[in-house]
Amino acid sequence: MVLIDPHSQELRLGLVTEADERAARRTLREQIARLEAQLADAVATAFGTRGAVPFAVAGAHGPRVLGIAELERVRDDLAARLGEARRELTRRGVEQERARVRLERMLLAPGEHRFARVAAAELGEGGCGVYQVRPRLGLIGMLAGWWHVKLSSGCPLAT
Amino acid sequence: MRAPEHGWIDAALAEELSELVLWTLVAGPPPARRSPPELRERLGMLASRLRGAEAIELRRRPVPHAYRVFFRQIGLDPDDERTPVEEATMRRLMHGGFESHGALADALLLAVVETGVPVWAVDDDRLDGPLGIRAARAGEQRPRPDGFADDLPEGRLVVADAAGPVAVLFGEPDAHHAVSRATRTVRLYALQVGGVPDIHVEEAFWTALDAAWPDETVGTVP
Repeated sequence: MVLIDPHSQELRLGLVTEADERAARRTLREQIARLEAQLADAVATAFGTRGAVPFAVAGAHGPRVLGIAELERVRDDLAARLGEARRELTRRGVEQERARVRLERMLLAPGEHRFARVAAAELGEGGCGVYQVRPRLGLIGMLAGWWHVKLSSGCPLAT
Repeated sequence: MRAPEHGWIDAALAEELSELVLWTLVAGPPPARRSPPELRERLGMLASRLRGAEAIELRRRPVPHAYRVFFRQIGLDPDDERTPVEEATMRRLMHGGFESHGALADALLLAVVETGVPVWAVDDDRLDGPLGIRAARAGEQRPRPDGFADDLPEGRLVVADAAGPVAVLFGEPDAHHAVSRATRTVRLYALQVGGVPDIHVEEAFWTALDAAWPDETVGTVP
C-alpha cells in the first residue's frame, strides 16, 4: 500500500499554477473583447433601425485587476446580453420583413388592399410616414376602383 | 521641443495588463484661464458635428471601442461609468453644446473628442518623482477639495507617484494634485490601452498643447 500525503510539495498533479491562471485570465479578457465588439454591433444596428436592444452589463467594482471568477461573470453577462440583443434583432427583422411583404402586396394590387396601412416605423425606417392605400380623387376613385398607395409624411402635431 | 515619456507600470500589473501604458508630458506654465475665442469657436464647431447617432456609433470606432473593452476588463461598466470620450459626447448631447471651462479644460476636452484618447493635467511641482500605475495599497486615501479624504479600496488601480496615489485610473486627479492658481508647471498624462496606436496618443497630446499653448507648440517627439 502506498500512502499519499496530500500536503506534500511534490504532489503537483492537478495543481493550477500562477502561469495557468494568468493565461486563463488573458483568454477571458480576449473573449470579453470579442463579445463587447459584437454587442456594440448589435446596439448600433438596433439604433439604425430606430429600436433599442438590452445592453446593460453590470461592472465588478473596478477599476482593478479582476480574478478568473469575476472575468467569467463579466463574460457570461456579456454573452447573455448579446444573446438577448440578437433574439430581439431577429424578432424585429422578421416583423420588418412581414411589413415589407405587406407593402409590396399593397403596391402590386392596391385594389385588393383597400385602406391598408404600413407605417414607416414598421419597416425600420425613421420618421412618422405611413403608406396607405387610398382612392384617387376621393369618392370618384372609390366608386371607379382607382386605388393607389400614398405615403403620408410628417409627424402629427402634439395637441 | 517637448517629448512625451512613458510612465512606470507596477511589475505585477504589467504582466497582467501588458498593453496598458501611461504617457506623460511636461506642457509648461498654466495657460491663460479664459479660453481664447479660437478655442471656443473650435469647440462650437466640434459640438455641431456630434449628434445622437454619433454617440451610439462611437462604440464601434476602434479607439473608443478599445477603451470600452478595457473598462469591461477592469470591472467597469462603460454604460454606467462612461469612457472619457463617451462622457464628453453625452455631455454635449445633454447640454446642447460644449460649455467652456477655461483654456486647459477646453484643450483637454478637445483632445479627447478629436482623438478618443483621454488626457489629464496635474500640477508637476506637487508630484514626487515620475508618474506610474499600480494597485492601491491598504490604508491609502484620496484627498477631496473640501479637505477631507476618501479611502481607496486596496487593489484599486491608481495613477501614482512615489508619495502615493494621484488619481484613480480614468478618474480626475485628486484635489492635492489638480492644477490650481498656484500651479507653475502643468504635466499632462494619457492612458493608452490595447488597440490604441501610439500615434493617437501623440495626436491627443499635440491637440491639447496646440489648443492651450498655441504660441509655444512646435511639435512633439515620439
